[in-house]
Amino acid sequence: MSQIKIVNLQKSFGDFTAVKNSNLTINDKEFFVLLGPSGCGKTTTLRMIAGLELPTSGEIYLGDEEVGMLRASERDIAFVFQLFALYPHMNVRNNLSFPLKMQGYKKSDIKIRVEEAAKLLRIDHILNSNISSLSGGDRQRVALGRALVRRPKAFLMDEPLGTLDAEFRELMCLELKKLHLDIAATTVYVTHDQLEAMSLADRIAVMDGGEILQADEPNIIYNKPKTKFVASFIGSPGMNFFEVNEGISKDQSFVNIEGAKFDIPKQLEDSKGSKNFFGIRPENLTLNNNEGLKGAVFGVEYLGSRKIITIKTSLGEIKVKTDISVNVKLNENVQVKPLNNNIIIFDGQTDKSLNSEFIK
Amino acid sequence: MDTSRSYLEPSSFSKKMAAAIIIVYAVITLIPISWMVMTSFKNVDSAISYPPEVLFEPSLEGYVNLFTNRSRQSQEYLDSLPPPKNWYEELVRSREMVITGPSKFLGRYSNSMIIGFGSTFASVFLGALAAYAFSRFRVPLKDDLLFFILSTRMFPPIAVAVPIFIMYRKLGLGDTHLGMIILYTVVNLSLAVWLLKGFMDEIPKEYEEAAMIDGYSRLQAFFKVVLPQAMTGIAATAIFCMIFSWNEYAFAVLLTQFNAQTAPPFIPTIIGEGGLDWPAIGAGTTLFLLPVMIFTIILRKHLLRGITFGAVRK
Repeated sequence: MSQIKIVNLQKSFGDFTAVKNSNLTINDKEFFVLLGPSGCGKTTTLRMIAGLELPTSGEIYLGDEEVGMLRASERDIAFVFQLFALYPHMNVRNNLSFPLKMQGYKKSDIKIRVEEAAKLLRIDHILNSNISSLSGGDRQRVALGRALVRRPKAFLMDEPLGTLDAEFRELMCLELKKLHLDIAATTVYVTHDQLEAMSLADRIAVMDGGEILQADEPNIIYNKPKTKFVASFIGSPGMNFFEVNEGISKDQSFVNIEGAKFDIPKQLEDSKGSKNFFGIRPENLTLNNNEGLKGAVFGVEYLGSRKIITIKTSLGEIKVKTDISVNVKLNENVQVKPLNNNIIIFDGQTDKSLNSEFIK
Repeated sequence: MDTSRSYLEPSSFSKKMAAAIIIVYAVITLIPISWMVMTSFKNVDSAISYPPEVLFEPSLEGYVNLFTNRSRQSQEYLDSLPPPKNWYEELVRSREMVITGPSKFLGRYSNSMIIGFGSTFASVFLGALAAYAFSRFRVPLKDDLLFFILSTRMFPPIAVAVPIFIMYRKLGLGDTHLGMIILYTVVNLSLAVWLLKGFMDEIPKEYEEAAMIDGYSRLQAFFKVVLPQAMTGIAATAIFCMIFSWNEYAFAVLLTQFNAQTAPPFIPTIIGEGGLDWPAIGAGTTLFLLPVMIFTIILRKHLLRGITFGAVRK
């Protein structure tokens, strides 16, 4: 097991730059998630770590060794593909033994290792089955098993739960987490699903347009997003934004939006431009009948224990996450106001969040 | 209205129609073949009798004549010989002939085998490597190269007979097994590359990537993971290549006479006493039909079975 470090990594396909000058350190035994919308470069980054793509420039360290230009077969990593890529012409046992055969293990050792991995993943009863007869979940387990048997330096997973149905995904998520705790292997996991990322990751890197925007623990990514994109991408629904048509200066603790005055946490730096964004999460807003921004209820979504209410106001649509007991009807006139001071100001010029008492 | 079946399923009437058409088609195609097989089991007289005999007493005369050279002898000479040692000698003597030795058929037949299977193996092997490269790598001028390969099929091969004849004479490849294998491989290769490229394109590249991550080189991954999954395509391609090189007549007539002559130019030269020996020709063509038939039947299960089915969720 080892640390993975990427330094100034860049990958271009012709004129298109898929990964821009990225730096990242993934600690030993860490479950690290690369999260972002499709086309953000997360899979390309993972494939470069695996050796399935060669970087245009930059370095990749696996432990102390620079592996950027090595072949995949020389890197000692395991990869779990989105479509599993189990060899269809072999049964489960042969799929699991395949990586070991190449390394010249004795037949008896291969048998022991395969059965160990099968037991861990609870697939020992299907070792002699054909791949085509397996359910999605079992295929997933076999794919994990094939990665596991070799005890590689790191596990790389490319949306391995992407093709499973929702219920099963949740179950596999738990299993993956448990497996990671059991074997404590450095894992890099790619997904576009923020819930998956939040529940699995020790740390998350959010990517967009080939750049790593923020890499941190899930709760920090959620509560203290460094850019407007991270704030809107993480959370469901994402953060609400209002345009603030004035510059923000240091020590300021309120803003004017369309003539109304809103409290904000005490700012610790000046904004670069005169157009900024006021960001607040849906659960930090509350509905009432006498103060705050006026609007009409536009939609109500039930999420079981919570409710998401969309309100049309003069500032655009606002999403409010409330308790299930809040009762509103469509088109009803309501008022919205912040519940607390968990508010982030984003610089309109750089899209970055401004430091304040709340977010430092 | 009959609602007992789904709209997607054909009605029993159209199923019966389809079956009838298939039966009629099968009968039409099978008539010449069954005539050929029947002729091979007739004797020389019943083979040319008019009206043709459909029911006849089977005889192995055709097969005996196919495998032997015989000469006609006088009755006195035949009487002076010791009694025939086995059934085929007896059969030949009843026609007032003696066996003078084995015919060339077996040699020609094995030439066909060597050249047919040799060129099929070479076409499929080279074709698979080329198809894989075209399917996976960024080959400069890929489309032009593929078109160029295909264009070798755009004229009848015999159009280049004269240049090939001269080339082969200069190179000493005329009337050799190697020469014929190379020739048939070259003709088949374009078909093999195009057919196999289609199949390779269907195999997700994740399989090789998985194998390469598992520690195998690309070539090893190709042999261990890609080829087994391309079996369906390889079987289909092999059948087409085999049928072509097995049946090829024009180049075989032109380029081979003794060492490497294949069965197709040889069979029509079987001439019996006083005309064409139809039972022997029937026997030769029947035996000639068997290898391709068996080869196709063996590979048929690969043609029908989609072995990659269900392995990848799409």
